[in-house]
Amino acid sequence: MPFKPGRNVNLYALTWRLPIIFWQFVFFVGPVLFMVAMSFFLVKNYRMTEAFEFVNWSRMLSRGYFWDSYWYTVIIASVSTVCAMCIAFPAAFALAFRASESTRRWAIFLLIIPFFTSYLVRTFSWFVILSESGVVNAMLATIGLGPYTMLNTNFGTLVGYMTLTLPLVVILQTVTMANIDKTLVEAARNLGCSAFRTIWQVIIPLSKTGLIIAAIFCFILSFGDFVAPFYLGGSQEPTLPILILDTTKSGQQWPRAAVVAIMMMLTLFAIAFIGIALAYRKPKGAK
Amino acid sequence: MTKSTPRSAMGAPSRRQLLKATGAAVLTTPFVSRAWATTTEINMLAWYGHGEPDVVAEYEAANSVRFVPKYYAGGDNMLALIAQSPPGTYDLILSDAEFVQQLNAAGYIDPLEAGDYPLDDMLHEDFKQFPGHWSDGKLYSMMLRGGHLGVSYNTTSVSEEEAQSYSCFWKPELEGKVGHFDWHLPNLGMMSLYNGNGAGLWDVDDAAWDAVQETTMSLRKQVGGFFDYGGTFNGLKNGEMQAMCGIGDWITGVLEKDGAPVASVIPKEGGIQFTESYSIGKGSEKAAEVTRFIQYMMSPEGQVKSAQMAAYPGFCVTKAGRALLNEVDPAEAQRSHQVAGDPQDPITLINEGRIHYRDIPQQQSLEDWNDFWSEYKNA
Repeated sequence: MPFKPGRNVNLYALTWRLPIIFWQFVFFVGPVLFMVAMSFFLVKNYRMTEAFEFVNWSRMLSRGYFWDSYWYTVIIASVSTVCAMCIAFPAAFALAFRASESTRRWAIFLLIIPFFTSYLVRTFSWFVILSESGVVNAMLATIGLGPYTMLNTNFGTLVGYMTLTLPLVVILQTVTMANIDKTLVEAARNLGCSAFRTIWQVIIPLSKTGLIIAAIFCFILSFGDFVAPFYLGGSQEPTLPILILDTTKSGQQWPRAAVVAIMMMLTLFAIAFIGIALAYRKPKGAK
Repeated sequence: MTKSTPRSAMGAPSRRQLLKATGAAVLTTPFVSRAWATTTEINMLAWYGHGEPDVVAEYEAANSVRFVPKYYAGGDNMLALIAQSPPGTYDLILSDAEFVQQLNAAGYIDPLEAGDYPLDDMLHEDFKQFPGHWSDGKLYSMMLRGGHLGVSYNTTSVSEEEAQSYSCFWKPELEGKVGHFDWHLPNLGMMSLYNGNGAGLWDVDDAAWDAVQETTMSLRKQVGGFFDYGGTFNGLKNGEMQAMCGIGDWITGVLEKDGAPVASVIPKEGGIQFTESYSIGKGSEKAAEVTRFIQYMMSPEGQVKSAQMAAYPGFCVTKAGRALLNEVDPAEAQRSHQVAGDPQDPITLINEGRIHYRDIPQQQSLEDWNDFWSEYKNA
């Protein structure tokens, strides 16, 4: 129940809410405020000194390479989101509507298993599979194809992003679709709706919120990932996380790195805000 | 009915034995602690590898010291770590030679006693008075080892003859197969050498700097990636990269010893030397112990340990060190060309004027070089 001035404070509820409020302030709001302040600091002799100068902002935002990295990161994270959503959908659909309850439970358990291992280790294992002397090229060679360069390319980066996001997207899509009232789907089919039209006009609108949340998570994880573009993409066309590393590595420019990080956060806030607004927007005519 | 076997007869301890053992452990703990207390801990700030067992374990055992290494990657990172720590945090600092001057200017290191070290035994005259290591007649850093950066290549796709010039990086067959070690300084230094700037590779005017940028940009289409140490290692090992710019034997040496078909040479345009030196951290309370360790590393045995370092090899800087390396590990001496008469002998290359000590840009700021490097990566 929302708290309103004048109403008696519910101490019991407040006691349970305080830890999360405290946590958010100490580990989210506090560091973000410090990062914003840091973006105005200066670095002298490799040491940060407190100041209130706009020089870091003007320098970073006036550099062509910053905007190149920015748009590249936005585009590749968007491509990753589209790929993950499209690849995940058939699997999630099958699990939600075709598989038995126990098969679905097992599948979700199996999809969680990759998270038990380090993402870095999973990324490095792609080296064996994608390199020119790797498994994929060896298989292609048997039918006279290749070798193809897959590591240190955008394709390599996308493979890394899928490693990170695909299991999560499949789980979110499956859970969302499994909760759709099946009678509505059956009603559509009984009324002569084709399979494709049922998906397009019944299932997707009913699972819109979950699908958009899955897409937002996928975009956020891809946008902020350092490992895939660095190790599988070969740092060709650096993404913003790589630019942060480069900026801190040379001259210990943490304030300039803070500018990049704030720009990333603002972008993610905007994407999340638009996504959630779309997810919860009521259809025209609905009350 | 089977009779159960007593637990103690099966090798498992009885309750009485367990209590005895626990009691003994508790009672002897104070003595264990006292024995530990006699071990001196030395805080070391260094590149990865210098505090690893293959280098320091023998010395630790013989001298009741224990090294607590803090590893960094890059001189900037090293300076930042010192700047952000209280004075006296690091007893022993290993730095790249070009950063010694900055360490000294910032007051982070104490002077050394020159008489404590074998300066008369150095392999080259330059090593006795290494740039930046002396100030007002006082020695501030002792040169430990070095290594040369040039053309690193896969011997199956680049011939030794082709590798004699940086122009091999532009070979059409290597499109997408040339890698960069992701640090602007050695890469742009090599491009400066390729442009014919020779000994003035770090001291380029605006026109020459523009030309260096142009040359570097022309290489972009050949580039297959920008890598850290691990990525460089992997790229060369799995054949994804057939040539690497910005490195030398310090990486290919490790792979070569492992049987990979890779090598590094100093091309005709010249190469760059990285130099690593030891200093004593300002305010260290263990200066005497640190001095003894630096003396050990400068001894023939220490020099051999340094040359054989598992993380990345380097060359000996003392005559006695090189002589011992040739005696105890002739294969490594041969492989790393630390043999008199070898055309790629590091000392011969310095004498021929083909080696230039790594430095920082003189007419531009490091920021200018770094900015260009970011543009290059995005191109």
